[in-house]
Amino acid sequence: MAEFETPALREYPVIPLLQVGSMAHSKPFVAKAVYQEPLGFPGELVPDWENVAVKKLGALVSQSRALQVFLDSCVKCGACTDKCHYFLGTSDPKNMPVARQDLLRSVYRRYYTFAGKHFPRLVGARDMTKNVLDEWYSYFHQCSQCRRCAVFCPYGIDTAEISMAAREIMDTVGVGQKYCNEIIAKVHKIGNNLGLPGPALRNTLEGLEEDVKDATGVDVKFPLDVKGAEILVVVPSADFFAEPHIDGLIGYAKVLHAAGISWTLSSHASEAANFSLFIGNGDNLQKVALRVREAALDLGVKRIVVGECGHAWRVAYSFWNTLIGPFDFLDPAYPVPQHICEVTYDLMQRGAITFDKSANDDKIVTFHDSCNVARASRMGEKPGGQFSIPRAIIKACVNRFHDMPSDTIQESTFCCGGGGGLLTDDLVELRIKGALPRMQALQQVVDEYGVNYLAAICAICKSQFTKVLPYYQHPMDMIGSVHGLVSNAIVLKADA
Amino acid sequence: MPALTIVVAVLFYAAAATLAGGVAYHIWLYARTPQPLKIPTTPAPTTRAGVMLRMLKEVTLFESLFKANKWSWLFGWVFHVALLLVLLRHLRYFTDPVWGWVVLIQPFGIYAGFAMLAGLAGLWARRFLVDRVRYISSPSDHLMLALLIAIAASGLVMKYVAPTDIVALKVFFLGLMIFSWQPLPADPVLLIHLALVAALMIVFPMSKLLHAPGVFFSPTRNQADDPREHRHVAGWAAQIDNTSSGVRR
Repeated sequence: MAEFETPALREYPVIPLLQVGSMAHSKPFVAKAVYQEPLGFPGELVPDWENVAVKKLGALVSQSRALQVFLDSCVKCGACTDKCHYFLGTSDPKNMPVARQDLLRSVYRRYYTFAGKHFPRLVGARDMTKNVLDEWYSYFHQCSQCRRCAVFCPYGIDTAEISMAAREIMDTVGVGQKYCNEIIAKVHKIGNNLGLPGPALRNTLEGLEEDVKDATGVDVKFPLDVKGAEILVVVPSADFFAEPHIDGLIGYAKVLHAAGISWTLSSHASEAANFSLFIGNGDNLQKVALRVREAALDLGVKRIVVGECGHAWRVAYSFWNTLIGPFDFLDPAYPVPQHICEVTYDLMQRGAITFDKSANDDKIVTFHDSCNVARASRMGEKPGGQFSIPRAIIKACVNRFHDMPSDTIQESTFCCGGGGGLLTDDLVELRIKGALPRMQALQQVVDEYGVNYLAAICAICKSQFTKVLPYYQHPMDMIGSVHGLVSNAIVLKADA
Repeated sequence: MPALTIVVAVLFYAAAATLAGGVAYHIWLYARTPQPLKIPTTPAPTTRAGVMLRMLKEVTLFESLFKANKWSWLFGWVFHVALLLVLLRHLRYFTDPVWGWVVLIQPFGIYAGFAMLAGLAGLWARRFLVDRVRYISSPSDHLMLALLIAIAASGLVMKYVAPTDIVALKVFFLGLMIFSWQPLPADPVLLIHLALVAALMIVFPMSKLLHAPGVFFSPTRNQADDPREHRHVAGWAAQIDNTSSGVRR
């Protein structure tokens, strides 16, 4: 691991001057065959890989209107160039979204456009070479697929789609990323990212029941594989063991307990996360998601609710109906799936649960909009519910709440720096530097309002901030779950 | 028939065919290519009418670009609106009698020529002055701006410095449209102007100018945010059949 310096926070955010190649050394560990093959990818660089890669690129483009339009339409206007947190944190020009896209667009042009075939230098077209592949591996693993650039692009060009395609091509020629592929293989085999088998999960949940009983005196249950329950709750597996995630899980359990709704977790679908999104592979995306449909059918539930996890909510909200629908076997009175925040918010509105805000009086809270929730999904019935609903919940649970600057929240939110399959220690330099814009915004509300609690609704954000906050002189336990706040404030009636 | 007239006539037939054929091909390509998943950038409209409004704001006001960068927006928007006015003004060379509203906009079309130049100059300046934009610019990006500036400049030169025989030119183009070739005035500035316009028409469907049809097909902007309400089925995702699933393990 190279030595690096944590970027300095400034009085005001600045757009850095370019430092060519400053992150060219950054690359995650390559997946060995044992992690490639369970996903259907070759274990090592295949013979004639250049042609395989070019053919795969052509196939992907022909199957995706997004890619076709995005690769043709960029005019190099520069609107996106100062929007990526990795660029702002590293100054490497190849972390400007358009430059990242061009790593792939240059190859597309060379092989699939008239101008690139005949005038490659004029339009910046390049042959598919080992150098290009190495550059792809480095810089397409410096994109957290957060879509911030896509918000500002006049054509809606989404670098996430392009980085997913690049990773899919790299997987196809046998150069996959260890972190993502190892995790996806674990889900296929065991059912969750952590590789936590059913008995261990049951044990953990029983422990939690005891903890909550000790703390509150109330028998809050954490049911597993209960047939006939009303709701199947699917959570990111980090919720089962890691701080501060677990406080969120306790929060969901308390909400459902207080509302008197029967629910269950599933040992078959014990993972909301779906890292197949990050590698852009439809087969794995569908296969991982299918476990949820299977569990819902098997348990005979009427509703499916998803816990606090950003990309999982994107997959669930935007893709599940396509991938594992139709959901005609579930109760049509509720949207499928629902976010736990939607459930809590509805119960709160109906007065079915109540809060004692003073339980959180030690906290001055701000909220981090997670990118996949903010820019790739919705909560509630109206556009923007993904911003207002979590904030309404927080405000119902705490007395002191302050938003970060408006150009760093909601649709303009900055990624935590660890999304998109980059939450791994072999990319720690990137993660620290990429957190700069978020840390800059956080510092502002810390200085102005004394904020001491950063609430989030994403497992990756929570893990990333736990790692990153100390580098920027904040305590690591400053990050917490929204439902951790709910857990503190919710009023539970003692059992009759 | 002068050789010059024949050359320019053939050039414009070729350019028009390339432009129309190339753009039609790409529209067909974009329409035919499936979008398997729902990927609107949210918050997004939840209805088709809402999507149409979003798209309308995008293509008339450049809403996203406005959010992104005020200078790029200013230069880009001024250039595009001016170009539109200039194009509409030019309709008078292709219609007889000239439509009333085309007559009305003539003075605006003149000012627009200057505004178009100013917008293009601003956009080009950014390619040199802003280090990020300089980095992402390839030779073709500079050439495209040079081409557009040369077209606007040669047009203004004809208006103010070296007028051509506009009546004869109109006769040429009216004839061209009904395949009855009439002699073209042999003015150097006019020939430069026409050659550059033909070049632009030919380059259009094989360059980044495809952003014009492309923007309408961009899934992040043209999809409604309704994945829970309507099951989206397209492309590879349409092959998925879950009806037999549910018997697990």
